[in-house]
Amino acid sequence: MLITALNGLAAAATLFLLASGLTVIFGATRIVNFAHGSLYMLGAYLGWSILARLPHTPWGFALGAVATMAALALFGALLEIGLLRRIYRAPELFQLLATFGVVLMVQDVVQHLWGPAELSLPRPPWLRGFVLLGGARYPRFDLIVIAVFPVLLGALWLGFTRTRWGVLVRAATQDRDMLAALGVDQRLLFTSVFALGAALAGLAGILALPDGSADLTMDLSAVTDAFVVVVVGGLGSLSGAALASLLLGMLQSFGVLWLPRASLVLAFAAMAMVLALRPNGLLGRPLAGRGVGEVVAFIRPAPRALRLAGWFALGAAACAPLILGPYALSVLMEMLIAMLFAASLHLMMGPGGMPSFGHAAWFGIGAYAAALAVHALAAPLPLALPAAVLLAAFAAAAFGWFVVRLSGVYLAMLTLAFAQICWAIAFQWGDVTGGDNGILGVWPGLGVRGFYWLVLALCAGGTLLLRRVLAAPFGHALRASRDSSLRAEAIGLDTGRLRLAAFTLAGAAAGLAGGLYAFAEGSVFPTYISLQRSVDALLMVLLGGVQTISGPILGAFAYTGLYDTLLSLTDYWRFVLGAMIIVLVLAFPQGLAGVRLPGAAR
Amino acid sequence: MSVLRVERLRKSFGGVQAVRDVSFAVEAGEMLALIGPNGAGKSTCFNMLNGQLRPDAGHIDIAGRDTAGLPPRAVWRLGVGRTFQITATFASMSVRENVQLALLSQHREVWRLWRPAAARHAAAAEALLAQVGLAAQAGRAAAVLAYGDLKRLELAIALANAPRLLLMDEPTAGMAPTERVAQMRLVRDLASARGLAVLFTEHDMDVVFGLADRILVMNRGALIAEGNGEAIRAHPEVRAVYLGTGATSGGH
Ligand SMILES: Nc1ncnc2c1ncn2[C@@H]1O[C@H](COP(=O)(O)OP(=O)(O)O)[C@@H](O)[C@H]1O
Ligand SMILES: [Mg+2]
Repeated sequence: MLITALNGLAAAATLFLLASGLTVIFGATRIVNFAHGSLYMLGAYLGWSILARLPHTPWGFALGAVATMAALALFGALLEIGLLRRIYRAPELFQLLATFGVVLMVQDVVQHLWGPAELSLPRPPWLRGFVLLGGARYPRFDLIVIAVFPVLLGALWLGFTRTRWGVLVRAATQDRDMLAALGVDQRLLFTSVFALGAALAGLAGILALPDGSADLTMDLSAVTDAFVVVVVGGLGSLSGAALASLLLGMLQSFGVLWLPRASLVLAFAAMAMVLALRPNGLLGRPLAGRGVGEVVAFIRPAPRALRLAGWFALGAAACAPLILGPYALSVLMEMLIAMLFAASLHLMMGPGGMPSFGHAAWFGIGAYAAALAVHALAAPLPLALPAAVLLAAFAAAAFGWFVVRLSGVYLAMLTLAFAQICWAIAFQWGDVTGGDNGILGVWPGLGVRGFYWLVLALCAGGTLLLRRVLAAPFGHALRASRDSSLRAEAIGLDTGRLRLAAFTLAGAAAGLAGGLYAFAEGSVFPTYISLQRSVDALLMVLLGGVQTISGPILGAFAYTGLYDTLLSLTDYWRFVLGAMIIVLVLAFPQGLAGVRLPGAAR
Repeated sequence: MSVLRVERLRKSFGGVQAVRDVSFAVEAGEMLALIGPNGAGKSTCFNMLNGQLRPDAGHIDIAGRDTAGLPPRAVWRLGVGRTFQITATFASMSVRENVQLALLSQHREVWRLWRPAAARHAAAAEALLAQVGLAAQAGRAAAVLAYGDLKRLELAIALANAPRLLLMDEPTAGMAPTERVAQMRLVRDLASARGLAVLFTEHDMDVVFGLADRILVMNRGALIAEGNGEAIRAHPEVRAVYLGTGATSGGH
């Protein structure tokens, strides 16, 4: 009992180190720093290298920790000056994307510098030490980690209440514009806040070394944990982050005891419960308005020429099997599935106004549902595909019920967290999902051509259906709820139900895409739910322009082509892709199609 | 029977008593002006009347139904149109589409997924737009309208469900003085012709004294006077609030 509680405290301390930086950065700059996990990972790797060159003593460790924090602070400051400063006024989604570009770049850099293997510290005697607590042995180092929690909380509290710097940061958290009007130089302030957050993430990284290791997946798992803590605590609230860290840390350690498999699900259930009762988190305050700089474009029906081109392309696609070989057909199928997937995300985040960073969840649920139907129930394709659609729609409806009323940032973070949890379930629940090995042998039982035509019919039909829905009264009502929910409710629209319906519809369409993908590949793997896949869809939509209706279709083809090319050209595709995302966000904040024809959106 | 009857309505925000014990009624065909200095509690009253805010205490009766606790969309179904002090329209749609959507909602057609919305109720929407003088702008994006035109669009939207009660919060702010009178004269005519009950707030005293049947004056959350133009002009407390003479000064 005591040991479990102490473990919970140690987990809480790590969570708080991560979440405090994230929440302080958000409070001051209003940026959700996706790259926070990357700072943590850099802290672990850098710390490993630094500690290797220092004596293996407590003082050596302390010195290494300070050096790592300094290095991360410097890196954070450079990141703020080089990138974030330029996107403070961009829409939230673009900020998330730009910082995700950093995540990709850091992954490749770290892999290049330190290699793909896990790195762990040699454990000198002082690190192996134990203390006796109530008859049980407890690692001494973990007690140090636990001690960090109150010390850090106290130090941050003093820093924010007793120094001029802290007063200014808090003022910025409450009212940025007023602070600017008073002539305070916010640039220096924000740079320093970011440096502080990065240093804390670095400290968390180095503290993770003695009990674990540095590896290439720690960035995303850390940022997911941090998102959950920050959402539960309330965005921008330091005391909220502390409280949520304690809550989730304890839940984690006791949860493992009671329900070994379900610790992630427990965390998610806790989060859902907190948000259902307190939509702004435990101690959070409502966020003022939507992201600044968000432009709502005037949507017009597609011009005749574009429609004709679309029908022509569809006709050409229908004739493709008569000309093309199996490989070319499989590439085309991939593109068609991507089109439906992107169109479903577009429905949610464009007209629906609900940015999703975890759209792969529904894709993955669809894929696994189809594969499991084939495998466990020996269902043929005509049964497996509807199962994929229904399960994805059901999951989306259940999840949507909690989140459709939340603001953009919370929604983006929660969808991400949910997708990560689905990923973890697919990964860990080996008996059913096959874990990392996936499920193989999911074949459609049709010839290549026949299956291609099926994919074409369902993907093109599904995409056209979504377009049709958007032009129908439902689509207008949905867009109205996004444009002005105040006015929408005042003319009798139930905005919550409209959003939920759109969420469910988008989930169903993504589930169909996932089910088809499972049959197209003949297998399913946890990577189908990976964050990368969610971001792929986001990039397709953004490439085509969120504010257009034809955008996601063009974006899906352009992105899939680009991505395949990139993969074949370089091992460092993540680095290149990350850099491209950042350039894209900096150069075209409204997406490519938005640039081509400003003003008119189709 | 009154279209709207309000009894001892009360609302506080933290320590601020925004509305305290306000009671009044509006009859069919009547234009009732609610005036008072900034911060008097007028918008808060409106927000309670259309269901956006839940009153701390008191009754709201609309056409014989107690509406306390109903959400705005349910109040709208009872035949209550509303315009906002800060205009709220759909920026990604054309002026016509804005009105069409209100008509679609009135006909309970918003859950239709198949037929395009463009053709539904287009003629009715045009007629409403013509009524408020926006016919020429029907195809333009709502986002590019001048502020005065947005106020007109809001009126057209509010009229779409053929309301029995119209709540207008500063319906002419941002318009030129002559436009203001024209806009409210239109409302006046509708009120008389259709028996529409209108409650509006307004800072333009020409509009208030020229067009309202009756005037309510609020200050610091409380009703301080009620009557026709003459009675209000002569009312000592109103003079004190607006002219800054006497003990109860505080408005401007
Ligand atoms: N949502 C709110 N939260 C806190 N105070 C409010 C809120 N809305 C209005 N108030 C306060 O209530 C009082 C009345 O405001 P309001 O109804 O907008 O006045 P009016 O429309 O007459 O100018 C003011 O003191 C205002 O600051
Ligand atoms: Mg007001």
